[in-house]
Amino acid sequence: MTATYLDHAATTVVRDEVAHAYAEDLRRLGNPSSVHSFGREARRVLEESREQLAADLGAHPTEVIFTAGGTEADNLAVVGGFHAARGTRPAVAISAVEHHAVLDAAHWLGSAQGAEVTELAVDREGVLDLDALTAYLASAAERTAVLAVMWANNETGALQPVREVVAAAGGVAVHTDAVQALGHVPLDFAEIGVTTLALSGHKVGAPVGVGALLARRDAALAPVLHGGGQERGIRSGTLDAAGARALALAVRLAVAEQASEQARLGELRDRLQAGVLAAIPEVSARSAGADRLPGHLLLTIPGTDADAVLFGLDAAGVAASSGSACTAGVTQPSHVLLAMGDDVRTARSAVRFTLGRTTTEADIDRVLAVLPGVVERARAANLPRQGASVTRSGQPRPAGEPAPSGRGRVAGVR
Amino acid sequence: MKVLAALSGGVDSAVAAARAVDAGHEVVGVHMALSRSRAQHRNGSRGCCSIEDASDARRAADVLGIPYYVWDLSEEFEDTVVADFLSEYEAGRTPNPCVRCNEHIKFAALLDRGLALGFDAVATGHYARIVDGEHGRELHRAVDSAKDQSYVLAVMGRERLERSLFPLGDVESKDVVRAEAAARGLSVSAKPDSYDICFVADGDTRGFLAARLGERPGEIVDSSGAVVGTHQGAYGFTVGQRRGLGITTPASDGAPRYVVATDPAANRVVVGPAALLSVDEITGGDVVWLAEPGPFQDVTVQVRAHGEPVAATVEVDGGTLVARLATPLRGIAAGQSIVVYRGTRVLGQASITSAARAGAVGAVR
Repeated sequence: MTATYLDHAATTVVRDEVAHAYAEDLRRLGNPSSVHSFGREARRVLEESREQLAADLGAHPTEVIFTAGGTEADNLAVVGGFHAARGTRPAVAISAVEHHAVLDAAHWLGSAQGAEVTELAVDREGVLDLDALTAYLASAAERTAVLAVMWANNETGALQPVREVVAAAGGVAVHTDAVQALGHVPLDFAEIGVTTLALSGHKVGAPVGVGALLARRDAALAPVLHGGGQERGIRSGTLDAAGARALALAVRLAVAEQASEQARLGELRDRLQAGVLAAIPEVSARSAGADRLPGHLLLTIPGTDADAVLFGLDAAGVAASSGSACTAGVTQPSHVLLAMGDDVRTARSAVRFTLGRTTTEADIDRVLAVLPGVVERARAANLPRQGASVTRSGQPRPAGEPAPSGRGRVAGVR
Repeated sequence: MKVLAALSGGVDSAVAAARAVDAGHEVVGVHMALSRSRAQHRNGSRGCCSIEDASDARRAADVLGIPYYVWDLSEEFEDTVVADFLSEYEAGRTPNPCVRCNEHIKFAALLDRGLALGFDAVATGHYARIVDGEHGRELHRAVDSAKDQSYVLAVMGRERLERSLFPLGDVESKDVVRAEAAARGLSVSAKPDSYDICFVADGDTRGFLAARLGERPGEIVDSSGAVVGTHQGAYGFTVGQRRGLGITTPASDGAPRYVVATDPAANRVVVGPAALLSVDEITGGDVVWLAEPGPFQDVTVQVRAHGEPVAATVEVDGGTLVARLATPLRGIAAGQSIVVYRGTRVLGQASITSAARAGAVGAVR
């Protein structure tokens, strides 16, 4: 069975050109920090990649800090930004729908480093509530070290009002996680005006293990990783010339295709959405009332658990994900959907399809053919929950007893 | 058949799944996440709930080349097994959570969900045998009597037995399973056996109960009503228990004293000499039959997970049974299962509600 892969937001196909270039540079001997000819040659590859990446994303080469991926870039912006401003600005504000790379970094600052952390509300479409932001800034702008609002949400695909956030922020440093947005919508670092911007290679056809933080030269960032002082002294670690070349090439190809892919994927997604809504009762397409990434479709399917739907899809050769996937632990109800006002039951019924460069009409046809039956079975398999089940002795869980808590999440996937 | 293999992360369930694959079934592995606050790593002998166990289960599925999923049944587990565990202790009984897990989770929530998703049966690593008898399938003790788990499976009932596979029922010993796992390249082959209650993280049942039910200080009395000590919660005591009583006043005859009853209403623990623990008439409720209902002559009954079978006769009255033992047993705790066997075959089971010395005045609850 040829599989239909609709989980491109988790990771996508490495481009052939990128794999070729990456393999070529993996075999190149030389540490870019060495002064000899081998080092110089590696450094040339690294710096050319930096210049190319900067040119394609509206940044200055100095503003490119290579990292090992999106998570590291987000942590550097949030944790590094907080520590650099420590003493004068003890607060961090984030949207309530940030990826865990920002969300958990901020809450760690709160629990372990004494930061005052505020989550800013979103509306029912999952878009930042600008009134909440304004109210926050009115009282706390001068205390805030970092204000983080992602460019596009990884679960719903909803685009966030980053431009308005920058305008409202005044002098507060704004970080945006553009990991999902890159390659799918136009992206220009200088034009948008944020202080820092995180991106990841493997979402755009580069290998896992390389990403970057675009950071204005006036961005105050304390290092998170300490060592040899590479990358403006902000990000230590042996420079990865092969990874940088792969990232720059993948971004160049993605940016070149961005407009046509946005149109193509948007049409496919809209067809998938219309077909699903017509065929399956009570399904909702989330954030459909907001501007969305073209390849994202997040469904909530009342009466199902996402894992039963995903199981059925997998068996039918369709790879999708729940809103927030896990590899070893238990799928947690999506914090994004909870922030959008969903109850836990609904938030656990979320299934995400994300289209990408290799997605075809046939993939959409496959999903439309199998999903109704899969949902029917998942609904039949739905377990009675929350008070519906009783113990042998007929006693429900005592009222007032807290629901079991704790997190099984181990390894998050975007 | 399409078979759902429950993979705990241990060696038994991995080999059971492998045998189901060998038998030609279409097997899918499922690890049940039963605890919301799961430990990262295994801690001593407690298995089934840690994230490391989930990872071991995944690796076993990889080696067997079968699909693998984690199903979150923690809400059902909390609402049935854990809630029952707490309410039973609170009511002065001694529950067996493994029985309740088999009743509510493995052969209920998991099996029902599997059937709805198109599976035909659930395979587990339990040690018990299913035999095709004249009148349908029968549950029998495992070949390896030391590992036999028919006692905790009897509660599933006949319908669910039809949908169950126990591929390890005929192995001679655990060593065989370990050797087979090693030969198949399963990395869990040398993993220690799990004992104790999986959701009591550190094995401290009394501490778990105290945390969930709160401390309730009360008196320990002897059969004359004289106060001989204090306790922090009557729910922490089990009939037949001798250790950990903390009695300060020695018995007049110097003989060891045991818990002979707990009285949750009065929050009192009653202690007395061993003689008071001896019973030969056991009454059970919530009867589940795996054969035509009795009465039965010439059967054996087993009253605890690793207890010896005892010869008995069994009378039946609707959902209640009364077993009369040929020889008395000591320390029968209400809440445990009584399982009725003929030879190796399980006939049925009930939850013990009371036990008494026939004709004796001092009935022990």
